[in-house]
Amino acid sequence: MNKTNTVVAADEKPHAEWVLRLYIAGQTPKSLAAISNLHRICEEHLAGRYDVEVIDLLERPQLAEGDKIIAVPTLVRKLPAPLRKIIGDLSDTEKALVGLQLKPLLG
Amino acid sequence: MFTHVPNYPQIEKIETGITGFDLISSGGLPKGRTTLVSGTAGSAKTVFAVQFLAEGIKRSGDAGIFVTFEESPADIRRNVKSLGWDLEVWEAEGKWLFVDASPDPGQDQVEAGRYDLGALLARIEYAVAKIGATRLSMDSLGAVFAQFRDAALVRSELFRISAILRQLKVTSLMTSERTQEYGEIARFGVEEFVADNVVILRNVLEDEKRRRTMEILKYRGTSHQKGEFPFTIVSGRGVLAIPLSAMELKQKSSNVRITSGNKELDAMCGGGFFRDSIILVSGATGTGKTLITTEFLKGGADKGERCLLFAFEESREQLFRNADGWGSNFEELEESGLLKVVCAYPESASLEDHLIEMKDIIEHFKPNRIAVDSFSALERVATPKGFREFVISLTSFIKHQEVAGLFTATTPSLMGGTSVTESHISTLTDSIILLRYVEMNGSMRRCLTVLKMRGSLHDKDILEFNIDGGGMHLGEPFRHVTGILAGNPRETPYGIPAI
Repeated sequence: MNKTNTVVAADEKPHAEWVLRLYIAGQTPKSLAAISNLHRICEEHLAGRYDVEVIDLLERPQLAEGDKIIAVPTLVRKLPAPLRKIIGDLSDTEKALVGLQLKPLLG
Repeated sequence: MFTHVPNYPQIEKIETGITGFDLISSGGLPKGRTTLVSGTAGSAKTVFAVQFLAEGIKRSGDAGIFVTFEESPADIRRNVKSLGWDLEVWEAEGKWLFVDASPDPGQDQVEAGRYDLGALLARIEYAVAKIGATRLSMDSLGAVFAQFRDAALVRSELFRISAILRQLKVTSLMTSERTQEYGEIARFGVEEFVADNVVILRNVLEDEKRRRTMEILKYRGTSHQKGEFPFTIVSGRGVLAIPLSAMELKQKSSNVRITSGNKELDAMCGGGFFRDSIILVSGATGTGKTLITTEFLKGGADKGERCLLFAFEESREQLFRNADGWGSNFEELEESGLLKVVCAYPESASLEDHLIEMKDIIEHFKPNRIAVDSFSALERVATPKGFREFVISLTSFIKHQEVAGLFTATTPSLMGGTSVTESHISTLTDSIILLRYVEMNGSMRRCLTVLKMRGSLHDKDILEFNIDGGGMHLGEPFRHVTGILAGNPRETPYGIPAI
């Protein structure tokens, strides 16, 4: 639906069930991997129901303060509540799905 | 102490403004470097970290960044208010900026793939540039490790951050936890990446008494004082270190004599005490120590000198009544402003706090003579080591004020003997006066002798004295008695001199 590497403000899409924000710091291999992994996960599990905003902290470091971001990449699930954070380039799909609560944690 | 001036370039330091620490560290924290401040829980790491920034703002308007990984900024603002720091004012002035990296309670965090701490670094760089910060505190590193699983990655990222802070010429301080007071420097091996400078804060329980000390363990390429230094935390001021061996023996000494308040005693001392000397009066309970103190203060006030008394054994009422009985009216003297009497229970505070308060009162009242009655009452609230440091610190402080100080010490046994106070203080004092009981022919009599009088001749006799409504009256020497000071007086036949 949305291209993951373009910035779309959440309030332009008031009906999206899933509002995600991905924080990166520069176009590093980790950042690029995170963007493509997130795109893949969203299309597979949330097609048509999500909204992603990518924030590059090298350009806008002041935006890290609100979500208290320390590590990059960090994916923040703003909606549905409660807020959740997933750290890393999302190469571990299992963990990413568990973090987003798209999959229950298996023993 | 010898001062050695090296002629090779020194690492520049910036004064922290933390009282005592700048002396111990020979000038403050190494400029543009990172210093690790490590301590157990409750060792005042956060206070130290906040104070480093607060003093920078207060003294030179240096802007500072506080990176918190543990407490929320709201908690820190509230907690340090009682120490006299209003962070909100400084935040509004653009002198203080928080980088809030404290975890939100109940919030889960999942790790799914590779990551680094680039966001923290970007935030720090942004904050430093935003307010032009030259100081930074990070509290505490242990909490960063708690947030992430990969300790090796966190270590290398912290190393990267301290390298960038150095490029930015920001002097920084990072706190970290230790599990034991005497053990590894810090948890998670963090000392390895900021190993240049390490300060240890301790909070040790010794004989049921808490004792805080700080020690500079490492200061690469630059000088500092070695060993542990006691410190305390005072409301309105923060951390105050008491630099002991850092003090220099620079006090002047004068030949001006002042009266002891008793003409006969003046005569024994060769014309009175020296103006800037420390006099120790030692004796068993009831031998007349408080009387000598009273006369010392009255004698000073009569000459228009300002006199200060710290009383740790008796209440104001008792002291004033006793003074009245010996012909000194303390009430009138206090009204005239020449006398100030401060009474306190030794147990009301720790020895470090007593010391700070006494110094404050001395600086404020600016006395010409100071009396402490009794010094040994303070032994109760400290370990022997703590007490010795207190004695050295206070006597040296008084000597620097160039005033006369008279301390009393109570000996534990009625006949002879010495007190702990005496053994700690005797080498620091210029004069020692001993008061003793003498048991003779079925009655107790009192005697006085001047044991030591630095820089002056004095009467070596052991004189009997009486006390009446006019105070102390020295009488005749005990010529025919020996063994008084040993606590074992024995009469010798007339004609045979007692040596």
